Amino acid sequence: MTAADHQPDAPMNERALDRQARAEQRNLMALSLPAFILVGSLVLLPMGWLFWMSIYGADGFTAENYTRLLHPSYKKTLITTFELAFLVTGLCILLGYPLAYLASQLKPRMASLVLLCVLFPFWTSLLVRTYAWLVLLQRRGLINNWLMEWGLIDTPLKLVHNFTGTTIGMVHIMLPFFVLPLYASMKTVDYDLMKAASNLGASPVRAFWQIYVPLTLSGLGAGVILVFVLSLGFYVTPALLGGGRVMMWAMQIERSMAVYADWGAASALGVVLLVMTLGILWAFARLTGAIGATEGK
Amino acid sequence: MSIRKTLLTATALAAAMGTGTGAAWAQDSITIASWGGAYQEAQRKAWFDVVEEELGITVNEDTTSGVADVRVQVASGAPTWDLTQQGNAGCALLDSEGNVEPLDESILSIPGIPDEFKGEGWISNLVYGHVIARNDEVFPDEKPENWVDFWDTEKFPGPRSLRKSPMYNMEVALLADGVPMDELYPIDTERAFNKLREIRDDVAVWWSSGAQSAQVLQDGEVDMAGLWNGRAQALTEEGAPISITFNEQIVLADCWIIPKGAKNKDLAMKAIEVMSRPEVQARIALFINYGPANADAFDTGVIPEDVAKGLPSHPDNVAKGFYLNEAYWVENLDRLTQEFDFFIQE
Repeated sequence: MTAADHQPDAPMNERALDRQARAEQRNLMALSLPAFILVGSLVLLPMGWLFWMSIYGADGFTAENYTRLLHPSYKKTLITTFELAFLVTGLCILLGYPLAYLASQLKPRMASLVLLCVLFPFWTSLLVRTYAWLVLLQRRGLINNWLMEWGLIDTPLKLVHNFTGTTIGMVHIMLPFFVLPLYASMKTVDYDLMKAASNLGASPVRAFWQIYVPLTLSGLGAGVILVFVLSLGFYVTPALLGGGRVMMWAMQIERSMAVYADWGAASALGVVLLVMTLGILWAFARLTGAIGATEGK
Repeated sequence: MSIRKTLLTATALAAAMGTGTGAAWAQDSITIASWGGAYQEAQRKAWFDVVEEELGITVNEDTTSGVADVRVQVASGAPTWDLTQQGNAGCALLDSEGNVEPLDESILSIPGIPDEFKGEGWISNLVYGHVIARNDEVFPDEKPENWVDFWDTEKFPGPRSLRKSPMYNMEVALLADGVPMDELYPIDTERAFNKLREIRDDVAVWWSSGAQSAQVLQDGEVDMAGLWNGRAQALTEEGAPISITFNEQIVLADCWIIPKGAKNKDLAMKAIEVMSRPEVQARIALFINYGPANADAFDTGVIPEDVAKGLPSHPDNVAKGFYLNEAYWVENLDRLTQEFDFFIQE
């Protein structure tokens, strides 16, 4: 046999492999088709419809639903919404990171106990937890009563029906969303790396900041995004703990529906929130991407 | 029997039953949507049972959460409700939008129901009041008796609660500023907002549901509130130290509308007629702290005198207050809600 005889074989093999790869891809596509259809019909289509309703009214195309949002009331609400989302995310990092770290350092049995404490409120109805905070925080609630009995304060503190109460309630609800992904990523950290760092002369603090924290960034990022995005859409908690004066974007959407019964205006509100959220997520991705890139160097 | 045969029989049976019940429903039943809860239970006992007996039909129940529901029903082309309860302002709004069937002249000419309580396509059935409620433990002797007192934070210190809506608040702010009850409309909104600003920091809670207004009073979160009389009186009955005054009350009512295109329009019309009769109207007061819209109900002897005195639509109490002007709010609610939302967030 000459070499020439073998020539066609190589491309044929390649073609066969290609075919196989394509078939596999098709199979995978077919398998995920139901999910695609579900997402397409339940998420993308309604979102397109939402957008359409916001620009197309009874008299054809209109920008009215968007110009309406220039009213200072909406601006104020938008600021409150993002302020709260940032604050809640920040507080979740401050409270959640040490907590997840603690859980990841404990022996399995203690760790599951700590995680159970995190999960337990997660399984309780949001409404129940919100009312529970009301019982604790209000003017004649448990906390104010105790503080006054102990003589620490003379007049009750204004803990609820304002920004403070809303923040407390939201942080409590959001904490599990932050701790769980972070805990998962902390469990995958190889502690030999920390020992290696100590061996090379790094102080524990330095090893923590330079080795440990960067290794848990993926979990931290996931937690931050979850908490931030969910916080932007909050409704019940600010409605009950905000005393009416803490207005979130979702509440404006509800008001557009209930008071003005205006689908167009409500849709425009939805579109604005979606665009702003995507914008922030994009900026976040760029930022963490940039951090990742410098780490790579 | 094979599986296939069983299935076939079952399907045939189901189909037969389906058409059977469907026909029966279309003929002699109506569907009424109201606010649900204790409110609708009272309507069931006081009115729906009477309608069923009187007309020999079944009253099916559903619940509504406001005008948006009715709009959706009408827009669908085939509303499933024949009769819907709404607030008077909502009824007037739906009427102006052409979303309701015009009512028979015989209904609109029922003598005991005042003109403030009806329009071309709606008629009130149940009256409540926006009143001042106060905590008697905090104010054992002298109590806030009117809106000037409500605004007087030196004489009556303590947190307050008002509804999270310009409706009611514009009116009571003007009352607090000395405008007489019969000169409130059209509302001088700038003056009203300026007066509201005076008290804004003392309003601990802007309530957004009737349940919330009662809860903040009961828990002592606020010492006085402007709220619906039924909510406050329910607290009193439970033993809470809460009292109300009908002085300067805003007389409000809920009303019937027939959604445009309702299947059983004629039966619904008959049902309204039955439920508007003085002796039937009076029954509502036996089951809940709201009054009949038909003033003649107070002459039927159905309502015990002590109960009657506590109803917002009792002639003595109506005389102490004023009617909410629906027409004004149909025009201005949208714009003023925006202003108001900005105002409370400031």
